[in-house]
Amino acid sequence: MKKIFSRPKSLKDAQFHYCPGCGHSIIHRLVAEVIDELDIRERTIGVPPAGCAVLAYNYFDVDMAEAPHGRAAAVATGIKRVLPDRVVFTYQGDGDIAAIGTAEIIHCANRGERITAIFVNNAVYGMTGGQMAPTTIPGQVTTTSPGGRVPLRDGNPLDLSKMLALAEGSVYIERTSVSSPKGILRTRKALKKAFEVQLQDKGFSLVEILSACPTNWKMSPAQAVRWVDETMTKFFPPQVIKDVA
Amino acid sequence: MDGKLLMRGTHVLGEAAVRSGCRIYFGYPITPQNELPEYMASAFANLDNATFIQAESELAAINMVIGASVAGARVMTSSSSPGISLKQEGISYLAGMELPAVIVNMMRGGPGLGNIAPAQGDYFQATKGGGHGDYRVIVLAPAYGQEIADMTREAFDLADKYRTPVMILGDGMMGQMMEPVTFPEPIDPSSLPKKEWILDGAKGRQSRIIRSLWLDPPLEEELNWRLVRKYEMISEQIPDQEMYLLDDAEMVVTAYGTAARIAKGGVARAREMGLKVGLFRPKTLWPFPSRPLAALSRNLKQILVFEMSTGQMVEDVRLAVEGRCPVRFYGRPGGVVSTPEEIARVIASNYHRTEPCAHTF
Repeated sequence: MKKIFSRPKSLKDAQFHYCPGCGHSIIHRLVAEVIDELDIRERTIGVPPAGCAVLAYNYFDVDMAEAPHGRAAAVATGIKRVLPDRVVFTYQGDGDIAAIGTAEIIHCANRGERITAIFVNNAVYGMTGGQMAPTTIPGQVTTTSPGGRVPLRDGNPLDLSKMLALAEGSVYIERTSVSSPKGILRTRKALKKAFEVQLQDKGFSLVEILSACPTNWKMSPAQAVRWVDETMTKFFPPQVIKDVA
Repeated sequence: MDGKLLMRGTHVLGEAAVRSGCRIYFGYPITPQNELPEYMASAFANLDNATFIQAESELAAINMVIGASVAGARVMTSSSSPGISLKQEGISYLAGMELPAVIVNMMRGGPGLGNIAPAQGDYFQATKGGGHGDYRVIVLAPAYGQEIADMTREAFDLADKYRTPVMILGDGMMGQMMEPVTFPEPIDPSSLPKKEWILDGAKGRQSRIIRSLWLDPPLEEELNWRLVRKYEMISEQIPDQEMYLLDDAEMVVTAYGTAARIAKGGVARAREMGLKVGLFRPKTLWPFPSRPLAALSRNLKQILVFEMSTGQMVEDVRLAVEGRCPVRFYGRPGGVVSTPEEIARVIASNYHRTEPCAHTF
């Protein structure tokens, strides 16, 4: 019998710990597929964040170095500058990249570091139990915005990807979602392009991926993906934000 | 660049780092150590495959250090007191991830923003961990220009040998003062032994993980015990000190770094007055040279600890001495620099005291 679908080589034979309906499992698989397709598994180094995806190193079968919360872009900079012919990616959540690590990612993009940032935006702090994130949308109920996010009090959702697009050193930035088969295919394409930009030594690349967190949103997985499509995308529309590759 | 050269301390440190095979440096401007990153930027501009990044923050700089160390490089960062506080998160990770790195602290007055004058108020922070968690950092305390050169080489070697961060603890005066120095032979970075644990892509081998997160408490406990075993080995192997005029000494002044040089002048003047005084200068602050100091204390009438702080190393001296002789303290914090005459006066005024000492500030 012909095998037409199997685990990517860049994923270990391990069971994901992620919750049912969580986007991380899909995104991990897409990243691993792209690494396989580009044949870069043996020269890729990943930097996971603090957060749900810190355990990414249990799943990706590539070299992985943990970063302190928010500092993945700085750690990746250090790795890439020592080993410029390797492929370096960060994998960061919204709290990691758009709150505590804002300075690091902006300056990393501005220096045009040849790294690829994978920014998983689920509008909430996941691992710590569902607190308000910089990307939490107005009205969204979290454990630290119990009556819903109030922009006058809590600020508006931060569109980090657009901010990063202003930096001369950023070459390719796209926002996608993994809430539908179409979005998943689009995400895979964006990830491939982001790694290619790095391989071509052109500069900084980032893919922001809208991803469901049914557990902390207190929704079923089906409700959660609908919420991504119907509500999150109003504030974070999937689009190519910058492409000067 | 051979033979004896007259250079300021920060430049000595930079040149010694380059000669130790350091080809990557990350830093952020802060006085009084800016001449060091400036030196690295200039030196690296003339070298192939060398990287200098002026980071956006102290946090970014220390995390770039983590990345470069993960990738196997001999890497250094430097700062001064407030900046070192910001780096403590990263230093804790370096310890937990067992990564070699050299961190330079040219101390200034504190707490808070303090001032830019030479001080020694960061002893606790340097020697007791500094960041969160159960860990120690090797701390080397040079006192002379030549020692800055020698200890910088040693710092890189120790960091690689024990896979642990090493701090060079100086102060603003040491960084600025010009002294004659002879440098060790330069090391070609490509001649350094290959590190077998680094992340450089899983080519022809299993993929590796470098981390400090162990969610399972027994595994985290094992990391902590493994670190303890390493620290015990370091404590056996590297404590070092200078001993000056100790043979017939009845009183010993203990001081490190710039304070020790001032104290040495004070001791020499006290000797001229006929007082039997010597100097014990720890060259490693962690591990502290407790054993030789303890042995010495058996035959002493008293120890006077002098620091450019309100009294921090004095606690380690008391722990080493364990009451075998009185331990008195004299300090000038806040960036005030004592003179040898002042120390000689303090020695003389304490020399004939016989009463047990209270803890004094």
